[in-house]
Parts: sequence; structure tokens; C-alpha cells
Amino acid sequence: MGAEIKEEILLEVKNLKTYYPVRQGLFKKVDVKAVDNVSFSIRKGETLGLVGESGCGKTTLGRTILRIIEPTAGEIIYEGKNLLQENMHEYHKKMQIVFQDPYASLDPRMTVADIIREPMDIHKLYTDKKDCHAKITGLMEQVGLNPALYNRYAHEFSGGQRQRIAIARALAVNPNFIVCDEPVSALDVSIQAQIINMLEDLQKEKKLTYLFIAHDLAIVRHISTRIGVMYLGHLVELADSDELYHRPLHPYTQMLLSAVPIADPDESEKRQRIIPGGEIPSPLNPPSGCPFRTRCPKAREHCSRVMPGLLEKTPGHFAACHEV
Amino acid sequence: MDLWQKIIKRIFLAVISFLIIITVTYFIMNMVPGDPFMSDKATAATQAMLKEKYGLDQPVYVQYAKYMWNLMHGDMGNSYVLQKGRAISEIVTDSFAVSMQLGVRAILVAICVGIPMGCLAGLYKDRAPDSIIRVISAVGISIPGYVIAAVLLIVFAVNLRWLPTSYGKPGGSIMPIITLALYPSCYLARLTKASILEVLNQDYLRTTRAKGMGEFTVIFIHALKNSLIPIITYLGPLTASVLTGGFVAESVFNVPGLGRYFVSAISSRDYTMIMGTTIFYSALIISLNLVCDILYQVVDPRIHMN
Amino acid sequence: MKSIKPKIFSLQNQISTEDFAPLDPSYYGAETLETEEVGFWKASWRRLKNNRIAMFSLLLIGIIVLFAFIGPMISPYAYDQQIRGDEGMFPSLKHLFGTDKLGRDLLVRCMIGTRISLAVGVVSAIIVLIIGSIYGSVSGLLGGKVDTVMMRIVDIVYSVPEILLIVAIKMVIDQPLEHLVSSVDFLMPLQKVGSGLIAIFIVYGSLYWVGMARIVRGQILQLKEMEFITASRVLGCSQKDLIKKHLLPNCIGQLIATVMLQIPSAIFTEAFLSFLGIGVSAPMASLGSLTSEALGGIYSYAYRVISPAVLISLIILAFNLFGDGLRDALDPKMKK
Repeated sequence: MGAEIKEEILLEVKNLKTYYPVRQGLFKKVDVKAVDNVSFSIRKGETLGLVGESGCGKTTLGRTILRIIEPTAGEIIYEGKNLLQENMHEYHKKMQIVFQDPYASLDPRMTVADIIREPMDIHKLYTDKKDCHAKITGLMEQVGLNPALYNRYAHEFSGGQRQRIAIARALAVNPNFIVCDEPVSALDVSIQAQIINMLEDLQKEKKLTYLFIAHDLAIVRHISTRIGVMYLGHLVELADSDELYHRPLHPYTQMLLSAVPIADPDESEKRQRIIPGGEIPSPLNPPSGCPFRTRCPKAREHCSRVMPGLLEKTPGHFAACHEV
Repeated sequence: MDLWQKIIKRIFLAVISFLIIITVTYFIMNMVPGDPFMSDKATAATQAMLKEKYGLDQPVYVQYAKYMWNLMHGDMGNSYVLQKGRAISEIVTDSFAVSMQLGVRAILVAICVGIPMGCLAGLYKDRAPDSIIRVISAVGISIPGYVIAAVLLIVFAVNLRWLPTSYGKPGGSIMPIITLALYPSCYLARLTKASILEVLNQDYLRTTRAKGMGEFTVIFIHALKNSLIPIITYLGPLTASVLTGGFVAESVFNVPGLGRYFVSAISSRDYTMIMGTTIFYSALIISLNLVCDILYQVVDPRIHMN
Repeated sequence: MKSIKPKIFSLQNQISTEDFAPLDPSYYGAETLETEEVGFWKASWRRLKNNRIAMFSLLLIGIIVLFAFIGPMISPYAYDQQIRGDEGMFPSLKHLFGTDKLGRDLLVRCMIGTRISLAVGVVSAIIVLIIGSIYGSVSGLLGGKVDTVMMRIVDIVYSVPEILLIVAIKMVIDQPLEHLVSSVDFLMPLQKVGSGLIAIFIVYGSLYWVGMARIVRGQILQLKEMEFITASRVLGCSQKDLIKKHLLPNCIGQLIATVMLQIPSAIFTEAFLSFLGIGVSAPMASLGSLTSEALGGIYSYAYRVISPAVLISLIILAFNLFGDGLRDALDPKMKK
């Protein structure tokens, strides 16, 4: 009794590094370590949230996993196979992405039908015109779009609707994994909730696995099963959502959470704000040892010499900090 | 630093362009069948002697090398046809002095007329001044220089007899200057208008207004400064167009400048003269473009932001 | 929906959770669109139609084309036909534009001259379009070192003053062309056209395309970074299809507008050169050469200058205005 059912791991990322060479001055070349030695895994059917401030590398990480950006080192293991040694064409049917900007991610010259049909054309996912049309309208309904509008151009729709189109497009190949790269950040607040709920419904219905990248902590908490926190290219904490919120271990997470506005004025007063010192260091010149040490209230001399690893501090809860 | 890198790159490119142009033109000139002495009523022996004197009996590459060597010392050879024996560099310098007089005045007129026109059009967008200026500039850039020259001639010299038909006589420079300055003024007007409009809409000007500064300050100090920057890039092509426009203006109005010389050199097949003028013009245009390019790099505020 | 019993003396908002029941899911996103269906080409055409100046200049261009191509067929005279007894006539019913000193009807000569201008414009536009867009898109797509090298070449070509080169080439091919033409029969029309014009075409082909190449490359570079391109890649789109379905269609607007504006510039240069005597050769008539021929007699025969002068200005103006209008109409609508 009490044996845990080991859920199947869909995606495993091992020691992933994505570095960009950048020229400084006439002769020097420096690497921007956008993703620096990140490892984690995602279980089938779960939603892994990924949070962090701008520039922490979460978007780069999402894109590297899909090989939109090629990693510098490390492994990406999907359904047991290392993606870096595979031809991605088949995997494009299994892994998809929804981008942040609904205005930029749809070709302005294409109609809704064209956009949704494109992946089906590439992977030959329909038998004839009738079948194609049926699939397109079916997808449109699933994402809450009026199927009669299939001949309209993308720019005629509002932001929220365009994002639905983008989601329909991603679903057209019947993927089992979707990277949601800040899918609602560019939308009005009232629409955000609709889209998030729709994503959740779709996940249940189609048994999808999400990597949900965002910077709004409230939203991430709602949709994610587990959450990872990134800082300057490193994964600094990883835990179940509620666990992370109630018992954040890493000083950076604590700082992030303390900045989330709380509606109730009484509760808000009770909470202790942790104001970080200093600014985010430049990714061209990260601090030695722990990247957060320049702003960390708990920093000690040891922190500048040894990079803390992401270790399991309590069951299922990982943090990269010497002082925890 | 970055800026110097860019400048050096550009200078390097300019020099290479120049060398390529000279070389290409030289070899093209050499492909012309026949030589300059064919029309001379000279015996074969005399011809052979002349050829040797001018070094035309040696292989092309040797001639080329000699030519380049001389060029570096400022010697462009002598004119064979138009002014027999006279050094081309001399001819070029003398006649260009005249062209420059005319050209510089034309450029000044273009700037003093075009830029204010453009400002007016931008400030009074969609109102009367703008519409008028739009029409004038659209027409002005469509009329070829020789048409303007012809029209001016007919109206002012032939019919009204107000102005002389040749340069040199009092009032003789008015028509050539107008001919040369029309296209650039209109082009500048359009450019300035677009530039001002773009700048006027920028948010940072709204802040200046919000701060309470008068409209005058807003426009003249802040807007103008920034809108003049793209205009700098036009100065190179501007001079080039005045130069080539000079061919026509000088021919029609009998101005003893380099343009007119060039045109007559072509019809009389004075190859060394053509070569010399081509080199001179190319050098001029390339260096002007280079200067404007560099100036732009220096002045563009975005370069200073790092 | 149940509501709670209202408390009569309460100052609070009387609302309960039942008032906030979720909407029927079919309501989601089934918003109607306010605008009517409008595709890219339809929208551009509509914008163009509304631009009265552009439409007028299009009409003008149409008239000019008719004038140039149908006109000579209707005219009873040929452009090189010297009519004895009609030399030096002022405009009259018999010769609407008058005649020149050799007795040639000026109206028909102007028509032929217009034909030459239009031909020059169109041919240069085609050359520029093909060479320029291929070069530019290859450079933009390949990027990296190839792009840098290709653009350096463009920079160098760009700085060559084309007029000088035209002159040089014309002088070179003048005589060889005569030999060539007299020996091979079907090349006859080339001789009529003259070495000057051929030189112009050669130079246009080798120099003029660089402006277009730069613009196309700029467009492609911009587009390459756009998210919808990345999205298509993730969907599995092949490089070839990316170009065909996404990059090119998004460039076409700019391409067309730029090519259109290329035409008046080419016509301008040809007229200019013909005026200087470097373009077409006699007896062929170009609007430029007609003007220069007439310049000598300007005191007594001003009419001979006016017709070709006005014509060339009209042609260039019409193309300029239309090109401007086209460019404004095709402005791509990328955002809401």
C-alpha cells in the first residue's frame, strides 16, 4: 500500500545550455548564457509552469525544447528519444507552441482557414476538401470561434480571438505537448481568464501536457501542477504549485511572491514585503557562484564561490540555495 | 570603437569602388575600335610614330599600369582632339571651377528653397500651403532638366527677352541656376516634409509640449534638429544630380564648364578627355557620398545610445 | 437565478454569488466581426480607387499608351517620312504638331518617341524586378557571410555613376553593332533602335537593380524575424514553402510599388541621354532627341520644342503620381 503510481515522463531536459555569442568591442566575444545548465522533467498530463522576470531565459528555454533555437549542450528527451539526434519533422506533430503576441504569430495575408489548414497540409492530415473543411470548422468550434468566419483574415479579429486561432492551429496536428509561451500576457485581463479556462478544458479533453511560461504568478498558480522558477538562466526552485506558494524556499521566489498584489487590504498589511537590493545583473556578466547572491538577503561568502545545485530540500520540492 | 570601425570600412569601400570604376572605364574605352589618329590625315609612318609617342603600341596592361601611375601623380594625359596637347588635368580644373560656381549656387538655392518649402508643407499638412507645395514638388521632380531649360529659354529669352541666352552676360546665370536647382528643391521639399511629419508625431515632442514650452520652441529647436538628419543622406545624391544636370544646363546655356566639355568630348570622341572627366566625376561623387555617409553615422543619435 | 431577500435598510450592495453564474459556453468568442470581409488585394484596390490623383494618373497613362501604340497606326505618316513641301510648318490641321525642317510630321514622331520612352520604362522595370528581387531575396534568406558579401557588391555597384558608364559602353558598341547588324538580318530592328539605346539597356541591367535588391533584402530580413514565420517552421513548413507561401506574398506589395516608381526614373534618364545625343540615333525619334533637334530653331520654331517637352513631362509625372498612389495603397496592414 502507499506505492506511488510512477507517472510516465513525457519530456526530460538534462543539463540544457543555450549560449549566444555576442561581440563586445573590436575583438572580444562573450557568451550570453540564456539557459545555463537546466534540468527538469515533465510528466504526461501535467502542466509545468515556468516563471521568472524578463531576461531569465524562460522563453529561450521553451523555444530550445522545440529546437526553434538550437541548444549549445545538453539533452532533450521526448518520449524516450533524444530530440537533438532526431529529424524534427515527425516531432512537429507531437510538440507545438502558442506564442505570446497574437498579432505577430499569424500571417497577415492568410485567412483563418488557411492558417489552420497549413499544418494539416504539411503533414497530410485530411483526406479531401470536405474532410479538411470539417476539421477546420471543428477546431474553430473547439476554441470558441464562430466557424462561419473561416474565410476572414486574421487582422479582422481581436487579440483574444487571434490567440484562439493560434491555439486551433497548434491543435490541428493533434499534439500531445504544447509550449504556451506567455499566451495571455498580451491580452486584456477579462479575456485572459477565458483563454486560460479554455486551455484547461482542452487539456482535460485531449490529454495534453503543457509547459506554461508566464510572468503573472496568479495565473501560473491557477493552471500549473508544478512550477519552476528561473533566474538568469538557472532553474532556482521547482515544486508543486501550492507548495511553492505556501512554502517558498529560495529567497528569489520569496521575493517574487511578496511582490504579488493582494486584493484584501488586511491580508496585504499582514504580509511581509521583501524588497530586493540592487538590480538584475547583466546576462553578459553574471555574478560568480550563485547568480542571485548580489540581491539576496541571505547571501554569504560561500555563495560567491560555489554554484548551488538544484537539490531536493523536502520531498518533491527542489531549490538551488546554500542557505536553505 | 564601433564608430571608427564603420568609418574605416566605408573609406575602404569607397576607394575600392573608385578603383573599380576607373579600371572598368579604362578597359571599356580601350575596346573602342580605332584609335584617335585615324581621322588624321597622316601617313602610316607618322601614325606609327605618334602611336609610339603616346605609348599606344604597347599591350593594354602596360598602358593601364602607366595610366594608373600617372594618375596617382595627378597626370591624366593630354587631350587629343578638343584642345590638342593640353593637359587634361588642367582642362578639368579650369572648367570645373566654372561648373562649381554654378553648381554651388544651385545647391544653395535648392537648400534655401526646398527645406523651408518642406517645413511649410509639413506644418500645414493637408491645408492650402501643403496642397500647393505638393503639386509644385510633384511636377518639379517629373520635369527633365532640359525641358526646364528649354521652357525658360523660350519664355524669358526668346519671348520676353529679359534674360540673355548665354552665361557670362549679366543675368546669364539665373536660368542655369533655376534649371539645376528645380529638381533638388522639389525633392528636398518632399524629403523634409516626410521627415518633419515623422518627427512631429513622436512622443517625445508631446512631452515637450506637455512641459509647457511654446509651440515655436517645440518645432524649431527640437523637431527641426532631428528631422534634418535624414536630409544629410540626400546631400550626396543631391550633388550628383546637380553634376549630371550640369551636362544639360551647360550645353543649353553655353556655360564653359566641365559638363559642356564632357558632352563635346563624347561627340568628338576625345577618349582621354572622356576618361579624365569620368575619373574626376566618379572621384567627386564617391567622396561626397562617403562624407555624407560618415556625417550621418556621426550625427545619428541612435549610434550614441549604447 | 435565485436572489436573496433584499434587506431594506442595508447600505450594502445586495448581490449574491448566484448573480455571477458562468455564461453559456457557446457564448465564448462567438463575437461577430464589425468589419466586412476584406482581403489584402481588395483592400489595396479600394484604397487606390479612392485616391483620385492616382486614378487620374492611371487614366493618363492609359491615354499615353494608346497615343504611343495606336497613334502611329492611325496616322497617315511614318516617323521617318520626309514630306516634300511640308518642311517647317507650324501646327495645322494637316500636321497637328507641325513639321520639322525635313518635313517630317512631328505628331507621329512624338508618338514614336513616346513608344521608346514607354519601352525603356517597361524593360528596365522588368530587368530591375527580376534581377533585383532574386538577388535581394537570396541575400536576405541566406543571411550571414553570404549576405554581407552580396551587399558589399551592391554598395560598390550603387556608387557607380551610371551615366558615365552608359556613355562609355555606347562608344564601345557603336561600330561593332553596325557590323553585327548588317551581317545578321533579323537583328535589323536593333540598328533602328541604335547603339545608344542598347547601351542604356545594358547599363540598366547591370546597375539599376541594386535599389530593388536592397529593398527586397530589407523586407525579407524583417519578415524572417517575424513570429508567424517561426510558427510555420515549428509546424513543419519546408524552406521552399516558407518562401512561396509566407515571405513572397508579404513582399509583393513593396515590390510592385518600388518597380512602378522605377519606371519614371528610367524614362527620365533615357530622355536626358537622348537629348545629349547619347541615346537614340537618327532618324529614330526620342522625346529627348526631338527636343534637342528643335533647340537650334527655338527662336522661330518654338512649337517644335514644346510638344516633346510637354509630353515627356506628362509621362514622367503620370508615372510618378501613380507610383506614389500605388505605394500608399499597398501599405501592408500588419497590425489591427
